[in-house]
Amino acid sequence: MPMSELLSVSELSVEFTTDRGVAQVLDRISLAIAPGEVVGLVGESGCGKTTLARTVLGVLPAGGRIRGGAIHWEGRDLLRMDARLVNDEIRGRAITFIPQDPWSSLSPLFTVGTQIMDLMKWKSPRRGVTGTRGHWPALVRGYPGARRRADREAVLDVLRAVQIPEPERALRRLPHEFSGGQRQRLMIAMALLPRPDLIIADEPTTALDVTIQAQILRLLRDLVKERGVSVLFTTHDLGTAYELCDRVVVMYAGQEMESAPTDAFFERPAHPYTRRLLDSLPTAGGEIRDIPGEVPSLIGPPPGCRFHPRCDYATAECRARRPDVHAVEGAHRVRCYHPVIAA
Amino acid sequence: MRGALFVLARLARDRSALVGLVLILVLGLAALLAPVLATHPGDVFEIHPAKRLQPPGAQHLFGTDRMGSDIYSRLLYGARITILIGVIAVGASLAIGVPVGLAAGYYHSWASDLLMRVSDIFLAVPQVVLAIAIAQTLGPSLPNVILALSVTYWPWFARLVYAETRSLEKEVFIESTAALGASPLRLIALHVLPNVASPIIVRASIGMGFTILTAAALGFLGLGPPPPTPEWGRTIAESREFLPDAWWYAAAPGLAIFLTVMGFNLLGDGLRDVLDPRIRRAGAAVRTSAVNADV
Amino acid sequence: MSEPRAAPLLEVVDLARYFPIRNAFGLRTGSIRAVDGVSLAVWPGETLGLVGESGCGKSTLGKTVMGIHGPTAGEIRFAGREIGGLGRRERRSVARDLQYVYQDPGASLDPRWKIRRLLHEPLQIHTALSRAERQDQVEAMLREVGLPDAHLDLYPHELSGGQQRRVGLARTLMVRPSLVILDEPTSGLDVSVQASVLKLFRRLQAAFALTYLFISHDLAVVRAMCQRVAVMYLGKVVELAEAAVLFEDPRHPYTRSLLSAVPVIGGRRVTRDFALEGEPPNPRDIPTGCRFRTRCPLVQDLCAVESPPLRSTGGGLVACHFA
Repeated sequence: MPMSELLSVSELSVEFTTDRGVAQVLDRISLAIAPGEVVGLVGESGCGKTTLARTVLGVLPAGGRIRGGAIHWEGRDLLRMDARLVNDEIRGRAITFIPQDPWSSLSPLFTVGTQIMDLMKWKSPRRGVTGTRGHWPALVRGYPGARRRADREAVLDVLRAVQIPEPERALRRLPHEFSGGQRQRLMIAMALLPRPDLIIADEPTTALDVTIQAQILRLLRDLVKERGVSVLFTTHDLGTAYELCDRVVVMYAGQEMESAPTDAFFERPAHPYTRRLLDSLPTAGGEIRDIPGEVPSLIGPPPGCRFHPRCDYATAECRARRPDVHAVEGAHRVRCYHPVIAA
Repeated sequence: MRGALFVLARLARDRSALVGLVLILVLGLAALLAPVLATHPGDVFEIHPAKRLQPPGAQHLFGTDRMGSDIYSRLLYGARITILIGVIAVGASLAIGVPVGLAAGYYHSWASDLLMRVSDIFLAVPQVVLAIAIAQTLGPSLPNVILALSVTYWPWFARLVYAETRSLEKEVFIESTAALGASPLRLIALHVLPNVASPIIVRASIGMGFTILTAAALGFLGLGPPPPTPEWGRTIAESREFLPDAWWYAAAPGLAIFLTVMGFNLLGDGLRDVLDPRIRRAGAAVRTSAVNADV
Repeated sequence: MSEPRAAPLLEVVDLARYFPIRNAFGLRTGSIRAVDGVSLAVWPGETLGLVGESGCGKSTLGKTVMGIHGPTAGEIRFAGREIGGLGRRERRSVARDLQYVYQDPGASLDPRWKIRRLLHEPLQIHTALSRAERQDQVEAMLREVGLPDAHLDLYPHELSGGQQRRVGLARTLMVRPSLVILDEPTSGLDVSVQASVLKLFRRLQAAFALTYLFISHDLAVVRAMCQRVAVMYLGKVVELAEAAVLFEDPRHPYTRSLLSAVPVIGGRRVTRDFALEGEPPNPRDIPTGCRFRTRCPLVQDLCAVESPPLRSTGGGLVACHFA
């Protein structure tokens, strides 16, 4: 496995137990992210993008179970490592998270400063490696003064970088005193402070107005490029994927369908689903095209390629077996027996 | 109604609710079939001084009282009184309290505030005390007991329905049906009321238990129907001077009251668990299952 | 512009809707001026778009026109008739012609009623048709929105979200209104579902000769669906023009910023060019003069003193001293 890949998800399968049966939420997903790369994971409801993001982070909700596959981080399989080690070293440190909803991500009871410094106590890049032995209970652990001061300086720096006005005062404020856009900047700051290698952003601008969204997208792009951080960015809004990402991966009903560099993805989509999806975007006063049929239930999903019931090109092969990966050109890959390759 | 059978089926799964249901059924049967089940039906009116204060035995299942009457038979007839009081008192409370609550909740006027303040006044006084005061003033009789209990219990329904109506009016479907042109009467009767029915039913069940207990208290204090009416509370009062020797005299009616009230309370609790979460869960199931969520 | 048209179907004149701000004692300390002097007209058969970001007042405007909120000031004229000051009872008769679709039409269904009863109800309220006649209309409407008859015997929670949406729409259209206010009808929907919903709106518009007031924050959707578009900011309309004109050549600085913030696939990247800083002011604390002046690249002294009126310039109406 090439070391140029920071994160490599291979053949990951996840299922969820619900009232009505077992939902096959992810079906042998493979995904790789190189250092410094911004990858967009797009898809509609039920496609599995949020589950994939959460599984990499290790925070599957109750009822979710990993059925197979591996998640390689810098060569080691996170799923087979010691859980405490993953929690201490990787989660919140090497891999951080920006959630979708800026309104409920911070505790309303504590000041922003308290919450950020609490984060720094555990996840500061200046904190030594703890290993798995000698674990004091969390309450008892101290926070050495020198490191605390250095951390605080770093916090103020990052707050300035995310354009929070008057950072010292901001630290003393409670979360509800900030607007949605400002809270999202705080979340970005908190994701950057541990100096991660990968940030997982789950629809970070969905809840924001479009002008605020533009500011946040610009900020995010500048900061990650500056610091060389990789980003795994999930969204159902193709426009934001276009803005932010180097590469786009599209998912449908728990399977990955196509992966391509951004321009190639939007200009020369090869997978029938991608083409239909891009076609259904609203255009200026023109025809509106939708996709006939509905997203299948993940409890007892269609066999083979899960898009085949709605696909114009489906054949018996598509129904029988999931397609292999087909290279269109360079890094542009598609899982389809009948990809549409522009001449 | 298909809905009712569904509720019963769910209820049956909850063991304590089932116990409650059984107890109430037993009460109902006892009242209904009193003439058949009683060993000495005549003893409601007849007295047999020679047989007074006999302990429970083959002839008299729960023994005899100070007049020699069979306690068991008198209890069965007493069940009729108990049910009558409970049903009418709670029924009257519903008939007054629910419309008051609906009107006060739906409209936002000084009249609603006034209605709620009035019911607050009633709620502020301990029910038993109020019932005693009313019954005392009016004199001991069955109708007066029912009156006293209705007067003290209706505010509970009013307040409950008021709160539920106020919270319901924020629901989109109420606002949208109003936007469709529905009159307030239609909205209240056909949309609000069915949606607040569950808490009302739960409260009614628990209210039965409470009302019966209070009625027994009134009877005990001599404010209930006069002898020879075999009211349970009065029977306990009569037994006082003969305790602790004639223990059965107090134990039998006491046990009857206890089981009846507990039955209604258990049923009410069980109904509460079955009725509300079902509706909420049914609606939520479609929205939050992993299949439909943004997975 | 073509020859003079018939009278507008809906006209609002200087409409205002304020919400009181109360302190801890319940005393009124101020107002949120959610809609603050809006005038516009909707012509029969057209789809007028109303766009803006959160807090601009577009949803409040829709609800005030519908009568869900009472107007604080101004007039609402529907089919020539002044309806803003009507009492509750008279307002109900207007409901037959003027309807409102919520962002989630499925939520507008009483969870304890079957679909059949839900669809009969509008006819029971507004007409004196017999049961059989109502049933005919209900079945016809089901076909129009693309639902099978079998759904009549189900409860809302037994249908999928998309099906609930169709039932909600059907319910609104049962009495054949002439104007329908659509409030954020595609918000939160997947791209392909959104396309299906928009197609349905178009088809229903043709089938029932509907006029739409289309309230949305999604500019791409508005562009696809609307002939004319009004842009709102903090309670006022800042620009009103035909869709093609507005999107090709926006005049108001806010409209320009708004349009430049929207990612356009295949176009220049917003993240490189976007320049609007800051956030909208607190709606409790609206700036004097022009509301946009705190963020406007063209701001000058006059802007703090005088609030610019909507005036006609070339293709449409713009509220700016310097546009």
